[in-house]
Amino acid sequence: MRPAPLSPQMTVALPVLGAASILVAWQYLLPLLGVPAYIVPTPMAIFGVFQKNFSLLIDNLRPTLIEALAGFVIGNLAAVLLAVLFVHSRVLQAAYFPIVLFFNTIPILALSPIIILIFGLGMTPKIVIAAVICFFPTLVNMIRGLDSASDNEHELFRVLSATRSEIFWSLRLPRALPMLFSSLRIASATAVIGAIVGEWIGSDKGLGALIIQATFNYQSDRLYAAIVLSSSLSIALFCLVVLIERRVIKY
Amino acid sequence: MPDAIEARQLDVGYGGRQAAVKVLAGLDLTVAAGSFLSILGPSGCGKSTLLRVVADLLDPLGGTISVLGETPHAVRSRRDVGFVFQDSTLLPWRTVRDNVRLPLGVGQRSLTRKIEDRSAELLELMGLGSFGERLPHQLSGGQRQRVAIARALLGEPKLLLMDEPFGALDEITRDRLNDELLALWRRTGTTVLFVTHSIAEAAYLGERVIVLAANPGRVVKDLDMRPFKQEGNRCKREDPAIVAAMADLRTALERAS
Repeated sequence: MRPAPLSPQMTVALPVLGAASILVAWQYLLPLLGVPAYIVPTPMAIFGVFQKNFSLLIDNLRPTLIEALAGFVIGNLAAVLLAVLFVHSRVLQAAYFPIVLFFNTIPILALSPIIILIFGLGMTPKIVIAAVICFFPTLVNMIRGLDSASDNEHELFRVLSATRSEIFWSLRLPRALPMLFSSLRIASATAVIGAIVGEWIGSDKGLGALIIQATFNYQSDRLYAAIVLSSSLSIALFCLVVLIERRVIKY
Repeated sequence: MPDAIEARQLDVGYGGRQAAVKVLAGLDLTVAAGSFLSILGPSGCGKSTLLRVVADLLDPLGGTISVLGETPHAVRSRRDVGFVFQDSTLLPWRTVRDNVRLPLGVGQRSLTRKIEDRSAELLELMGLGSFGERLPHQLSGGQRQRVAIARALLGEPKLLLMDEPFGALDEITRDRLNDELLALWRRTGTTVLFVTHSIAEAAYLGERVIVLAANPGRVVKDLDMRPFKQEGNRCKREDPAIVAAMADLRTALERAS
């Protein structure tokens, strides 16, 4: 027999309790086990960094946020536009989609130095890397989404003598939205990864640079604080996407 | 008044003129305007294909077909055909009302006559007056199919093509929708081509029933049901004459399969 579902209070309370139990164990158990603080600092120590070095963290969050957001917008926009082009021209799709797929197999870490060589050391290469990393999943999902209307749906529009643009706006695009949003949700995390990877390779600003510096200086509390901040950034972007998705997709 | 459909030596197939797999071969069919024709046949006999040729969704390979005295293309461009699919094909992101109003929003450029927004009236007629603001997933299968019929009727088509519209519904709902459809047909005078797998449904609805055989599709039985029915295509399902006609159709269908 399937267990009875949890009450609404419990579905909220249990994850909170679960997280709290891990934090408590981390705070008190790890030092007891003899794990040195320069490898794993306690949660309180990490929290202390947020108090002591708040302005340092925020100063480094800002460029990463801008890069991730700009990369997210540019990469996804480019992917959506190219997907629209591809589904309307089978010739273009047949000619260029395999090449796009091939580029997708190049690891972003291998591609990043080239991008930095081309665009220099400013914010631009980080935005480009974040954009590239968002681009492929959205392109593939958007093509599939735009093609996901059923034969009957296409026939329905044909019987009504709908034009290509009417079919696009009234059928293909709304059909594609659920798949677009599922890749946007993924992209919300990968855009932040892209920005940070870019900062690793050549930057003195941003969460990525902070992570590298803190690692080399054995400032592990600062390193962990930077990690917490980058994951919070991803979560915030993710929540933003989900919020928009709920307003757009009501069925 | 021209016949609703006049097909002569109609060949329809896939894969181009030369290497074609023929779905319909040498089909001759005349359907009087305003009549209700049921089309029965085994899977793959080209029942749906025939509807698609009439609706200008598919070009024939050979032969001629005229719809309401014109080409299928002209008739489609004027929006004189309505099509109802087996799955209701409602757009899940649109409310019931907006689904019914779809013909107002698309395909207007090629349209010469003006279509009025009769969505409220049609929803009322289909017993969905209070469901206008619902989304399709909030409706039952029968209700969704009613919405699809309302949408097909919005442009007041002279020809209503129905491709197994009630095939996925339970029997009670199906019987009820059969009666509603007949009532609609009597009111509007629309010609109906109704494809079905069900002998009982074909016999109950049709003024005339044709049976198609497969490989390649052709008419193997053409039964005028009017002698078995009363004025206005009315009958009782269990009427002995209807039951006898159904047995006749069954024999033809078995031979065709």
